[in-house]
Amino acid sequence: MNKTTSIVLAGVGGQGILLASEILAKAAGFAGFDVKTNEVHGMAQRGGSVIGQIRYGEKVFSPLVSKGEATVLMSLERIEALRYADFLSPDGLAVVNSQVIIPTTVSSGSAVYPENAKEILKQSFKHLVYLDANRIAQELGNPKCANVVLLGALSTKLENLTPEIWEQAIRECVKPKFIDLNITAFQTGAKAPSEL
Amino acid sequence: MKQLLSGNEALARGMYEGGVTLAVGYPGTPSTEILENCAKHYKDAFRCEWAPNEKVALEVAAGAAMAGARACVTMKHVGLNVAADPLLSIAYTGTPGALVVIVADDPGMHSSQNEQDSRHYARLAKVPVLEPADSAEARDFLKKAFEISETYRTPVILRTSTRVSHSRSLVELGERQMPDREIGFQKDPKNCVLIPAFARQRRLVVEERLQQIQADNSDKWGINRIEKGSEKLGIVTEGIAYQYVKEVFPEASVLKLGCAWPLPEKLIREFADSVEKVLVVEEVEDFTEVNMKAAGIACEGKKYVPNIGELSADVLRASKAKMEGTEYQPCASCQNMADAPLPNRPPTLCAGCPHRGIFYALKKFDVDVVGDIGCYSLGVQPPLSALDTIICMGTGFSMAHGMAQSGQKRKVVGVLGDSTFFHSGITGLLNIAWNKANCTVIVLDNRITAMTGHQDNPGTGQTLMGEASDAADIAAIGKACGMKNIAEFDPLNFEETTAILKKSTESDEPWLLISKSPCVLIMKERVGNVRSIDPEKCKNCRVCVKTGCPAIECTDKNKPTINPLSCNGCSLCNQVCKFGAISE
Ligand SMILES: Cc1ncc(C[n+]2csc(CCOP(=O)(O)OP(=O)(O)O)c2C)c(N)n1
Repeated sequence: MNKTTSIVLAGVGGQGILLASEILAKAAGFAGFDVKTNEVHGMAQRGGSVIGQIRYGEKVFSPLVSKGEATVLMSLERIEALRYADFLSPDGLAVVNSQVIIPTTVSSGSAVYPENAKEILKQSFKHLVYLDANRIAQELGNPKCANVVLLGALSTKLENLTPEIWEQAIRECVKPKFIDLNITAFQTGAKAPSEL
Repeated sequence: MKQLLSGNEALARGMYEGGVTLAVGYPGTPSTEILENCAKHYKDAFRCEWAPNEKVALEVAAGAAMAGARACVTMKHVGLNVAADPLLSIAYTGTPGALVVIVADDPGMHSSQNEQDSRHYARLAKVPVLEPADSAEARDFLKKAFEISETYRTPVILRTSTRVSHSRSLVELGERQMPDREIGFQKDPKNCVLIPAFARQRRLVVEERLQQIQADNSDKWGINRIEKGSEKLGIVTEGIAYQYVKEVFPEASVLKLGCAWPLPEKLIREFADSVEKVLVVEEVEDFTEVNMKAAGIACEGKKYVPNIGELSADVLRASKAKMEGTEYQPCASCQNMADAPLPNRPPTLCAGCPHRGIFYALKKFDVDVVGDIGCYSLGVQPPLSALDTIICMGTGFSMAHGMAQSGQKRKVVGVLGDSTFFHSGITGLLNIAWNKANCTVIVLDNRITAMTGHQDNPGTGQTLMGEASDAADIAAIGKACGMKNIAEFDPLNFEETTAILKKSTESDEPWLLISKSPCVLIMKERVGNVRSIDPEKCKNCRVCVKTGCPAIECTDKNKPTINPLSCNGCSLCNQVCKFGAISE
């Protein structure tokens, strides 16, 4: 009945969720789907926890993803994936960047950052891709394309979007001089081990 | 080809296609990007301006519409409180050109201090309110609003919301069409001058106009639509709530209202008669439900649908279960959340933010700090915990005044930002000088409207369209208001800041302080060189952590370290470290 595909992107304000969301939405549009997205603007952007939501299919109504519905949950920071874990469907895929960003609540001593985050991630997600996208991006020459590396890993789960369509979307969304870099970043991410 | 546009981009597009010649507004989430997109894409087609506040913005737009132009004004919901005065009276005269007030509500208070429902203003002002449910409708309804405004000589409110404004969906673009008339004010005192004798006449016109609009809203406009489904349940809904209804009640008959006020009574009655029972699904207040009940149309609504917070398909599933008397299992299928408690990650002042300097220094004084709304609201979070009240724009000065005059012993300090100063701080300052309120008030002048994403304001020396302009001088304004004691200081210089705070708060006269240092996000370079902490010299006293800088990271086990990618080199940590452990 519900053939809508839903994706949740999580991270910390300023990490580049917006670009990832834009590429994904463009790709879905090029593939001929109806698309809706929702992004966080304003107050929550100042280093707070943020999510972006994308839904596509034949006809999409709500721009918001329901709990337990997402095909993929992608997180640019390791524990942010846990914050939004309940959006993921039981056989959904979690793509998680191993980066750690310590919240001020932890530095000021009023909260604790889970030490065994990787273990918790493994327990929480049946299908998990856990990778150091920042390192991969750095090796490709620009740490800023970590989000596109992750997008590549995410793309493996979205069979209705072909590599050609992804490439076309990347071309439209990034500045000309960064196109090649981002396409390589995407392809590298797509080759990341599908499970750890 | 269809384009993926956010609701706000689509509204900007609607202004372009609809032949607007002047768009005005004051920033405020979730409305801000409407005018930003006008300036980005259409500034060659029409003029767009930020105003110092919403009242001014609405009056500027009204002036253009009086001259026969199509004009739009944009603001967030609380902005309409500021602009309510002109709205309620321009509603009497109406304008020959179109006047559309775009107001963006924020159900769930993602970035706002309250959750007011702007539809009430439509009823109060006796003007229609249109509510799009996605980007294509945002563009279409705006163009419809121009027509309605001109046909009935009435201002029209277009109400959007966070999820309409900040969601993207596909829109088929159209051409720009200008109204076929020359722009120029036609003198017409009986209809444009609200002295009581004329206003009483207009009062009658307003009532007739509303009745006509109400009738036509049922029959003529084609902005409300019925989607026939099962006869067992009929749902009346509007705005973004429609999208959730379609997901959760796919079988139900739906009446989607594009204009809920004035209530299209005839249409709703027909719809209600065609189904066994009627449920009203609307976000926030029971506005339409109450109007329907007043019209004698049986329905239920807030009995099942929450009136607090925003709706979603998940929220509606719970409402549906309640209505059907079943147990709602929230996401029964989804994976168990990890048991480990997650640390909160609230938004914080950026690394290098000049506001941090003043708040850290203020902590050393026994004062009450009357705050205001802007990035500096983030100074409320621990460890700074620097603000004692935050209410609405302008209160940083005027409430400090009142507290100082209350007879209380403790000294009062009021703070607000540069954009807020121009918005509604100047009148408060004038009052402080005039009535000699013994308080210290501080303008946190970071040379930009930061919180809403860096818009120009009268102090930045540039307009929304990028034209150079003369920057308003805050100290000179203070002087002109009658302030005798005015001082400027660098908030990232801890010693200087502490000294001036001491001097002003120990004085028995009003003081205006201007904290001058630009927002780090608009600076092309770092404030200074990246700092680092020498672990040998560090005694783990954590004074630096108390500045609340997100670049300084530590856990309960390790000593603080500075993340070189985040550090902006403001040197505040360096200045407060007693052991000389921090250096470039
Ligand atoms: C009446 C009203 N209009 C708009 C807003 C949205 N808003 C919140 S803070 C702010 C401006 C803050 O700018 P400024 O005072 O310069 O402080 P900064 O964020 O730069 O520190 C605005 C426009 C609001 N809360 N209330």
